[in-house]
Amino acid sequence: MKLELRGIRKVFGTFVANDDIDLVVEPGEIHALLGENGAGKSTLMNVLYGLYRPDGGEILLDGAPASFSGPGDAMAAGIGMVHQHFMLVPVFTVAENVVLGHEPTAGGMLDLAAARRLVREISERFGFELDPDAVVEDLPVGAQQRVEIIKALSRKAEVLVLDEPTAVLTPHETDELMAIMRQLQAEGTSIVFITHKLREVKAVADRITVIRRGRVVGSADPSADQTELASLMVGRSVALELDKAPAAPGDVALEVSGLTVADAAGVQLLDDVSFEVRRGEILGVAGVQGNGQTELSEALLGLQAQVRGSIRLDGRELVGCTTKQILDAGVGFVPEDRTHDALVGDFTVAENLVLDQYDRAPFGSRIALRLAAIRANATRRVEEFDVRTSSIEQSVGSLSGGNQQKVVMARALGRDLSLFIASQPTRGVDVGSIEFLHRRIIAERDKGTPVVIVSTELDEISQLSDRIAVMYRGRILGIVPGDEDRDVLGLMMAGYTAEAAREAVAGGARTTDTQLADEGEIA
Amino acid sequence: MSTAVAPQPPVADDTVIERTVLADRSRSWWHLPATLTVLALAAMVFFGLRAKAGASTTFGLAEKAALNPGKIIPETVTVPTGPATIVLTALCLAIAAFFWWAQWANVALRPLVRIGLLALFALLWVLGFLTWASAGSETMSIGSLLQTTIVLAVPLAFGAQAGVLSERSGVINMAIEGQLLFGAFGAALVSSLVGGALGPWAGLVAAPLMALVIGALLALFAVGYQVQQIIVGVVLNVFAVGLTSFFFGTVMRQNPERFNTASVLPHWRIPILADLPVIGRVLFDQNILVYLMWIIVAALTVAMFRTRWGLRVRAVGEHPRAADTVGIDVNRTRWTNVLLGSAVAGLGGATLTIGTNVAFGEDMSAGKGYIALAAMILGRYHPAGALAAALLFAFADATQLKLSAVSAGGGGIPSDVLLMLPYIVTLFAVAGVVGRVRVPAADGVPYVKQ
Amino acid sequence: MSAAPSASAPAEGAAAPAGTGLLGGGAPADAPASERSLADRIVRGDVLVVVLAFVFAFLIGSALIIVADEDVRAAAGYFFARPQDTLGAAWTAITEAYAAMFRGAIFDYQARTPARAIKPLTETLTIATPLIIAACGMAVGFRAGLFNIGGTGQLITGAMAAAYIGFTVDLPPVLHLLVALVAGVAAGAIWGGIAGFLKARFGANEVITTIMLNWIAVNGLNYALKTTAFTGANKSQPVSPAVADTAALPQILGPQFRLHLGIVFAIGAIVFLWWLMNRSAIGFRFRAVGSNPRAAEVAGIDVGRSAIGVMVTAGALVGLAGAVHLLGTEHKLTGGIAGSVGFDAITVALLGRSGPIGILLAGLLFAALGTGGRFMETTQGVPLDLVQVIQALVVLFIAAPPLVRSLVGLGGVDRPGTARKRRARRRTEATDVATAEATAAEPSATTGSTAVAETDAEDTTPAAPAARPAEGENA
Repeated sequence: MKLELRGIRKVFGTFVANDDIDLVVEPGEIHALLGENGAGKSTLMNVLYGLYRPDGGEILLDGAPASFSGPGDAMAAGIGMVHQHFMLVPVFTVAENVVLGHEPTAGGMLDLAAARRLVREISERFGFELDPDAVVEDLPVGAQQRVEIIKALSRKAEVLVLDEPTAVLTPHETDELMAIMRQLQAEGTSIVFITHKLREVKAVADRITVIRRGRVVGSADPSADQTELASLMVGRSVALELDKAPAAPGDVALEVSGLTVADAAGVQLLDDVSFEVRRGEILGVAGVQGNGQTELSEALLGLQAQVRGSIRLDGRELVGCTTKQILDAGVGFVPEDRTHDALVGDFTVAENLVLDQYDRAPFGSRIALRLAAIRANATRRVEEFDVRTSSIEQSVGSLSGGNQQKVVMARALGRDLSLFIASQPTRGVDVGSIEFLHRRIIAERDKGTPVVIVSTELDEISQLSDRIAVMYRGRILGIVPGDEDRDVLGLMMAGYTAEAAREAVAGGARTTDTQLADEGEIA
Repeated sequence: MSTAVAPQPPVADDTVIERTVLADRSRSWWHLPATLTVLALAAMVFFGLRAKAGASTTFGLAEKAALNPGKIIPETVTVPTGPATIVLTALCLAIAAFFWWAQWANVALRPLVRIGLLALFALLWVLGFLTWASAGSETMSIGSLLQTTIVLAVPLAFGAQAGVLSERSGVINMAIEGQLLFGAFGAALVSSLVGGALGPWAGLVAAPLMALVIGALLALFAVGYQVQQIIVGVVLNVFAVGLTSFFFGTVMRQNPERFNTASVLPHWRIPILADLPVIGRVLFDQNILVYLMWIIVAALTVAMFRTRWGLRVRAVGEHPRAADTVGIDVNRTRWTNVLLGSAVAGLGGATLTIGTNVAFGEDMSAGKGYIALAAMILGRYHPAGALAAALLFAFADATQLKLSAVSAGGGGIPSDVLLMLPYIVTLFAVAGVVGRVRVPAADGVPYVKQ
Repeated sequence: MSAAPSASAPAEGAAAPAGTGLLGGGAPADAPASERSLADRIVRGDVLVVVLAFVFAFLIGSALIIVADEDVRAAAGYFFARPQDTLGAAWTAITEAYAAMFRGAIFDYQARTPARAIKPLTETLTIATPLIIAACGMAVGFRAGLFNIGGTGQLITGAMAAAYIGFTVDLPPVLHLLVALVAGVAAGAIWGGIAGFLKARFGANEVITTIMLNWIAVNGLNYALKTTAFTGANKSQPVSPAVADTAALPQILGPQFRLHLGIVFAIGAIVFLWWLMNRSAIGFRFRAVGSNPRAAEVAGIDVGRSAIGVMVTAGALVGLAGAVHLLGTEHKLTGGIAGSVGFDAITVALLGRSGPIGILLAGLLFAALGTGGRFMETTQGVPLDLVQVIQALVVLFIAAPPLVRSLVGLGGVDRPGTARKRRARRRTEATDVATAEATAAEPSATTGSTAVAETDAEDTTPAAPAARPAEGENA
């Protein structure tokens, strides 16, 4: 099916998310939609899928105008979507999720046997190993994504939209996904592949459309030069490398040994994790999302309930301390999810900047707040971190994501630290701010603070880290130098030990990324 | 596409993630057995050991049941109070001991076994309590106790089903109280307006329609205008009490013959079965509302978990956006379910008037809506569970009524204290003694399309 | 009120995502709203909505009066012959009822003596006293994201404790009063604290536990009133002896008015609420936990202890209300001591948007409606319950400003595209809970597209107003 979008416009309030966007997807084509976070890709696809109503423009399917009042219409027209955040009901089984909305019935009852057959049929076609009766919340993300794909295919989708499908996958799983995309393409399905990762686009796309700030800024063939695509995407030439002086590590400040964390049901989330961090050194923790990094950073901050092992900071045992005691010991923390874990949305910027110090001098006592000190602090931090806000009394929830992140970082770095931990320090932040925040982190290191950076972005880890610990299924597979080969890191993220990974790379194994790099296409 | 061969990673396996489960028991493993032990010991000491020496308790079982060949089931049973109570509570202790072992050894019991044992514990405990409390007095009729239980359970059960319908779709229904009250009001009003033998039947139709008013208001504000759902519910209850009391104090009081006379739905006696001993009358000689209760619970259980409709409703309550992306109209589903629920609650309200031959009275639901809500939570948002919880609450209430009638000098527990029991049970229940309740993930969260 | 998402500060839902279960749609806490100036509120149309809410509520009340009035119904019997009779009777019924309400609540212009004339006002103040104190307690819970429905129970325990000290202990004047008040406060705090403890320790939903505690308290009170400990020598009546004069709150306008020193406590409670929520470290903690418990936890705040603290504080205030009500107004403990104050306090707190000034005004208003309604009942035969209906309607209407506006044909402002700018701001705020809910369900779809898209928009134009997805087609 040929899909055509003409002059699509979508406005939220005063903000134009999509402005006069044209896009043509030929039948059986893999069409990449490339753009930074927040460029308007997802908005455009939600318009296509009937989730948003466009404020202008039209959608043509095989040349005929179509209008969708909801996802049901879009699906009926043959458009399927794999959402970035899976649209799966966690407590339902795979079969139930797949048939939801077009359930087979027998005698008025739900025909789950037919649903299971449907799942098995499609799974077999693509070589997925999926149990139709597995409950979705128990499945790993890769498998959940396949459920989403089956869901779309079971509705006979002719155009399949994949919204940032690789964000949660290991390099190995990413390769598998690309194979699936090829297979779908061979069966005549058109694919719209949304991503901000240049390498993947180059590996799999037939056509590339680049979007920036809600507008189409260009289109290209996969053979186009990578740096050119990158600058198209971000709108200016980007320095991908960060200048930083080599680390001058001091003595060991943080010593983690045998750290084991279990959840309330006794399921082990962290398994015997040990590492140490020196003063003036950045330890990067790499890994695909959901391999224990979150639990590690939370355990360091005393946020996990069932912890065994030891965490010593400057000789003091932190396991068993409350979060407050740990914060008081001078630990600065940036959680991975700012809106959920770090900020109180309807508090003001000023209040959020003292969220962990409101009852301590100089901002207050156990009894009362000192509003003057809180305001003075806010004014200073807002200026220092260039937080764009109309006033320090503005509620933090009304700030943009990048500015929210600056508030979180400003709070964590706003005092003398004995340890700085940041999870995903630049998630959802625009390029300019990323650079600024990275510099702040390096500056903190250069002050002699031990720093732990947890990130799922390999680029970020490589740029910042002096040493890199790779996590896989709750374990640290190895700690390697900060300039380790990307291939090795990629394989370790997929479960190779450092030695096995180096051996495999030496033997010629490589992931898509570096293959392209070798071809000289990655700057 | 990558032409490179990706070797099988040494530790990776994409399809199955094995999770190591720690050998440790969960930290709260001792809560349940400890609670059971305390309860059993308390019963043994208070009911068993402190019973008057030589006192005896008489239970009425198969009283005048026609279908009791050869009196297989005796009409009355008399037991010595002290020893009988001690035996019963000792059995309770045995169950508690079993749970100590099972929890300590981390044995995974099948849900049915677990619930069955807990139910047995409750039964033994209550029997022990009854033995002690009705010692030395007149016969404690089990049949009549169960009969009262059913009568008291019906409004709670209907209310709880209303809760299940509404909350499974993601709307918190705090307004069950108001729906019961409107149902009771509508049934009484219409039944006396129509009058005669047809009156109660007209009332039966009017009750759900009247309760729909509250349901529609709840849906309008909670679904349509996204007002905080608990608040809407509480305020709607105030509104319902105010409005019905207003009409009760004006129109109904001015002309009670015309607007508020008591009438009752006839009992339908199912031949033969109704003659069974002990349970015959309780199960098979009731009015249509009681039969409707069983039918609705059964139908709802099937519909919620075995039909397309139920799958969609649960999807809407768990992950509305996912439901929306497959073309399910979230807010329409919620509207429908809130309305359906309120109609069911209206039937519960009808029980209060035309189900029991009582005229409408000011605030006559007297908090039953809130108890129904608790029953729904205790029943884990499951129609059958909610019914079981409703029966439990009703049983406690019925026991209280019976005992205050029978045991003037016997156990001597004041009825007010007995009346507290269901609430205390609920407190323990929501505190997690019976395990965590999984709330529909989107319960109480308004859904807005963009 | 938070019930009205419009007043809630932005991204509230994002802060407390779906996981908070019952509390999901947005807690009533709304610090910024309570701090907004009156002028700003008028500009934003809040006052208009409030006024219209009252107009509609009273219009519906009028309809009820007409339906219930016998003369009207008699005249309606021959409506088509002489419609003016029906209309006349209806007009008389309505005006007389509302006039009676005014005379009973504020100023009785038909009274013979000036004292009689202002007595209604003092009655209103007397009734308002426990209502305002209890509403302050409720507001603490709401601002901290806890739905304390347990006003009745906390009120009863507070009153019971105060009464017990009041009629059993023998102490010098001022001290006796203080001890009785402290006992009431402590009892309420414990009763509230139980719910807080169950929440903190077991995660038990506070809506259910507080309701259960209400019933336990009600039955406990009934039981207590059958024991000699509470009824004294007179065991046949479920009434306690009157508290000793040393424990009673002094009447401040002389014996002919019931108004007592409790009104000072009411003002004190208002000031305390303001200080607690805006100036104190504890209040900061409460608000943080109420708005985003997870972020509070990460910032080192003990969420469980905060829940206990909130419920203890709320219970203490409501307990004080019970004690003041008993020691100042009732003097004797009866089964109906709590009346509907426990639930009315919830509505007052909601109507007052959990802010100090709002509660003061809403409390006075509800009290006026109550006393006026009682007068209307005795003089006009219109049941007091009418007042309850009107109160409920007012709260409902205020909770849904779009409904009110659409009823007067201003619905246009609620649709995008036709909005004026300040309406637009208001509207976008109104949808924030919803938007945020979307964010919660789909964090990066919004963070990734719309919210972060704002990054671009805002980073380039720093002073731009918050751009947020508009209400869209949700209506």
